[in-house]
Amino acid sequence: MAEPHQKIPQAGVATPELEARLQTIWETDSGLMGWIGTVDHKEIGIRYIVTAFAFLIAGGIEALIMRIQLAGPEQSVVTPEQYDQLFSMHGITMIFLYALPILSGFSNYLFPLLFGSRDMAFPRLNAFSYWVYLASGLFMYSSFLIGAAPNDGWFNYAPYSLKDFNPGPNMDFYALGMIFLGISTTVGAANFVVTFLRCRAPGMSINRIPIMVWGTTTISMGILLSVPAVSLAFFLLWMDRQFGTHFYETGGGGEPLLWQHLFWIFAHPWVYIIVLPAMGMASDVLPVFCRRPLVAYTLVVLGTISTMALGFGVWVHHMFTTGIPFLSMSFFSGASFIITIPSAIAVFAWVATIWTGRIVVSSAFLYFAAFIAMFVIGGVSGVMTASVPADLQLHDTYFVVAHIHYVLIGINLFGVLGGLHFWFPKMSGRMLGERLGRWTFWTIFIGFNLGFLPMHWTGLLGMPRRIYTYPQDIGWSAMNMVTTVGSFIFAVGFAMLLINVMVSLRRGAPAGANPWDAPTLEWAVSSPPPPYNFAVLPVIASRHPLWESRLDEGRGDSSLERGLLLDDGKEMLVTTPIDAQPDLIVKMPGDDPWPFLVTLAMTLGFAALLLHWWWVAAGAGLAILFGLLAWLWPRADLGQKREPGHA
Amino acid sequence: MRDAVPVAEAPLQIGSLAVGSVARRASGWWGMVTLVATEAVLFSYLLFSYFYLATQSDPGRYPAELPSFTLSAPSTAILIASSIAVWFAEKGAETGSRGRLVTGLLIGLALGTAFVGLQVKEWLDKPFTLSAHSYGSMYFTVTGFHLAHVVVGLVILAVLTVWSALGYFDRQRMAPVAIGALYWHFVDVVWLAVFFSLYITPHLR
Amino acid sequence: MALFGSRMRTDPHSPVDLRDAGMPFRVRPAVMMAVTLGGGAAAAPLPARAADTPMYYLETFGAKGDMTVPLLWGLIAVSVLVVVIISAMVIIGILRRRDPDLQAGGRIIAVSRPPGGIGWINAGLVLTTLVLIGFTAWTVDLMARIAAPGREPAFTIEVTAQQFWWEARYVDPDDPARSFETANELHIPLGEPVRIRLRSTDVIHSFWVPALSGKTDAIPGQINETWIQGDRVGVYRGQCTEYCGQQHTNMAMRMFVDAPDDFTAWWDGQAADAEPTSPGSLADAGRQAFRLRCGACHAVRGTRSGGEVGPDLTHLMSRTTIASAMLPNTEGHLSGWIAAPQALKPGSHMPDTGISGPELHAIRTYLATLD
Repeated sequence: MAEPHQKIPQAGVATPELEARLQTIWETDSGLMGWIGTVDHKEIGIRYIVTAFAFLIAGGIEALIMRIQLAGPEQSVVTPEQYDQLFSMHGITMIFLYALPILSGFSNYLFPLLFGSRDMAFPRLNAFSYWVYLASGLFMYSSFLIGAAPNDGWFNYAPYSLKDFNPGPNMDFYALGMIFLGISTTVGAANFVVTFLRCRAPGMSINRIPIMVWGTTTISMGILLSVPAVSLAFFLLWMDRQFGTHFYETGGGGEPLLWQHLFWIFAHPWVYIIVLPAMGMASDVLPVFCRRPLVAYTLVVLGTISTMALGFGVWVHHMFTTGIPFLSMSFFSGASFIITIPSAIAVFAWVATIWTGRIVVSSAFLYFAAFIAMFVIGGVSGVMTASVPADLQLHDTYFVVAHIHYVLIGINLFGVLGGLHFWFPKMSGRMLGERLGRWTFWTIFIGFNLGFLPMHWTGLLGMPRRIYTYPQDIGWSAMNMVTTVGSFIFAVGFAMLLINVMVSLRRGAPAGANPWDAPTLEWAVSSPPPPYNFAVLPVIASRHPLWESRLDEGRGDSSLERGLLLDDGKEMLVTTPIDAQPDLIVKMPGDDPWPFLVTLAMTLGFAALLLHWWWVAAGAGLAILFGLLAWLWPRADLGQKREPGHA
Repeated sequence: MRDAVPVAEAPLQIGSLAVGSVARRASGWWGMVTLVATEAVLFSYLLFSYFYLATQSDPGRYPAELPSFTLSAPSTAILIASSIAVWFAEKGAETGSRGRLVTGLLIGLALGTAFVGLQVKEWLDKPFTLSAHSYGSMYFTVTGFHLAHVVVGLVILAVLTVWSALGYFDRQRMAPVAIGALYWHFVDVVWLAVFFSLYITPHLR
Repeated sequence: MALFGSRMRTDPHSPVDLRDAGMPFRVRPAVMMAVTLGGGAAAAPLPARAADTPMYYLETFGAKGDMTVPLLWGLIAVSVLVVVIISAMVIIGILRRRDPDLQAGGRIIAVSRPPGGIGWINAGLVLTTLVLIGFTAWTVDLMARIAAPGREPAFTIEVTAQQFWWEARYVDPDDPARSFETANELHIPLGEPVRIRLRSTDVIHSFWVPALSGKTDAIPGQINETWIQGDRVGVYRGQCTEYCGQQHTNMAMRMFVDAPDDFTAWWDGQAADAEPTSPGSLADAGRQAFRLRCGACHAVRGTRSGGEVGPDLTHLMSRTTIASAMLPNTEGHLSGWIAAPQALKPGSHMPDTGISGPELHAIRTYLATLD
């Protein structure tokens, strides 16, 4: 049945009858078809979060094994090859299979709710991005089953990654797995960008958008511009290994440094990509517990965008020891110093918000307060490495390991844990245990700092990275033991968190719609929200719709109880990018198995490429083509086909 | 005296909105813009790699003969012509002319196929292979990536032709045509960049 | 369970009551933070002497390292200061701005927008920018100063890094006959800059003697030039600092800074061929066994063993360590290394040859003559 070309949306209030009708329209089917075909952004968001936590645990176990090996000198808990695979997979897991997906999960869950909308711009693509993430993560992890996990570190330098030095399939798992994962990352980013531009509530102009959304959208632009570099780098590597090309291989005119350039052109922006959304979370959650809006919203937004932009101009600071020219080093050193400035804006904004606010302490707040201190520790150690002469000593030592863990754990993980405490009530309808939450926070905080603060010192004592042991008499033993102890305390804290989550899911105190008295739109609906999010679509007049009566900002009041009725099938409102004026009514797809099926075909294709089964790979390609055709075939119910009778 | 419509009600009085996938206001069109952006950047990284190897490695590794214009100039012209044909098709869709739409697509498809043929012929005529040296690796990879994008574009054009012939589109509902046309024009622009980098710049040394 | 807080009100619109969630005993957050940071800091040793911590580089003994140490300390000092100030601001801010009225009633409703926040940002940005400009200027100035030595280096060492050892070719610019090859233990004269040209035959390695200088990578397909200088007589440990494979961990080296006369004597000794063995002696039998079993990879100048795959062993006994500074150069360790290198350094390129018994004894006796 074809859709009419025009409609006038009516205004109204939520009635039980309306809610029941919307429930039927929007809920996922039960059973297997619903499970593989769901396009509900909330279900997909939770899948991302759960899967990312699973990978976090895997990466954590890899780290704990390494810490046992390094606790004392000259140990042989694992063989050198095993250690090499462990440190490589630890990095790959944490940086690619945990750090971005966890943030994607929160963003996926929250974007439509924060926007006063019902779904992401591309629901089926959303489902697809999750399935591909899961498939590519499992693909890379399957390498462990044959003892051939990647073993050249997460940055995988050539020539050690080439066939001459690494004849097994280890590198092929990594190369193909990353290209596969890159597809998920890219389409996910496209989804966030288009949703940001088009799927906001009327009146939610560009200056009324939560910082976390700015963070995620900015990094999504960054993803679109940086992921091709790493996909290409891995593709060229795969070619060198399979077909004897000469991109990195010096015998035929290739250049090992080409790998480093392509990789770091991607990977430096990537490290900002995995922290900016968490910084956005801090900017949105801290104000709730400071009982005031964030100080200097506009500057923080501009700081977010300029950090991402500048992040594309510093990659050579990973290559200061490779013999690049003086002028190049000076430029990149200077740029690496300058990038501190926009990222510091957020820190000052948070401190100012605390100092001019009225603090309510909670577990979520504690994580974000600690976050500020650890962000600064990670930031200053980064500034130290920005200085070329200093970096010539610090590079490739445990000092850098300390730096990266302070920024990754301090910003990403602490942000995620704070976000978990904050949004768990919304997602599950129950509160996390607050007392256990406090104990957990302190255990994690102490364990983490005990583990990683000494690493700065270990690095200054000259301990290089990626070594599986060290001599008795070199002076690194004491610090390594402290780090190992700290890391186990950290792990215990994490276990306490998992217990809190599992127990609270069953027996936590029921959460209302807005247990924190927070200002943004996700708190205007029930906990957990119904599948359609908002029974009537709100119209927004300020940055803090639920605090409006108590602050004065904006030109009038947001209309939350009375809103737009879009209930003629699965419908959503599209608005203009800057001013969020209503523009279009879009018809949304329901459950659809094709994203899952196309993912299966892709998995088969990548496995075939790994095994050199070229005809099977070609077949998988055809299957993908047919799957995409089925997925994209124009449908009348989505308003993609003309009605009969029209010219 | 009270206003006929309360102030708070004003934002809820929206008026008539279009429904569904409407040409360049369709979500899919914006999605294609992001795809074009990311693929364009992919090609810029490819060309970066090409120029990096060209400037860092030994000049002696390059083949004695520079790439010729015998086949590449006509194929460039053909690709540009195909873009014009697809533009023509898009205009046909916008004005509701199915005839122009299908004709334009078919001509674009034919010219695109001719481009593929000429490119493959050029590949077969090369005296070196993918694994001969870094230049060979780079030449075939850069043109190969482009060729793969052209082939995908041909599939898109073919599918659009079928959908157009089946009468799926009209003046309002023609988003897939706009989306496919955007992709095809992108492939054309990328070729101009590849052509300039691989065929013209060696002559400028 | 008490851990999960008291039963909450069931009013769906009531915010959560955080009163019952505090720690069961009063431990102020400031104390917790101090314990953690203090614990981490207290566990750190005081700045150590080089002997206990040979890879420490905040105290160096060569010109390049010496010029960098003040910058490192400056960066550390400012970094620590910034961390302390911001952490203090966070902690004190929380303690001062905690609002008991908001907690006591359990009902959190008040919000406000007090003015003046922007001043923090302005002040912070100005200070940050000034500090960064200062460090940028210092950085670039120092980069220029360490880029080249004050005077022309006396000679060049051509270092070729390979999995998992360091080949060093000493080049005498005036007398080619005095050039020689050695491995893993490099000597340089006191107070003289020495040019080092770095190559690699396989993967990327990094040349680093922290007590003397920052590191430079050895990359296949290019030559990286750097310089080094030692200003105190002694032995300094170096290590490969770019992951290069399974035995990256054990790719160390030693750099000896010798007094001028000692250095000349060392060079003369190294440049000479090996002493011939007396015919019929056990050492002579060992020399022949060496040529058959080891000569394909190892060279001993003055004999027919000319292998280029492994380290030059012409003056093996002049070295204090073997296996790339992994093991002391003693009879026991040498025997163990020759007999079963894969057990000691799995993944290194010296294969298990199964040399044992009388043959091993002969070879060892021969090697003992290679001073």
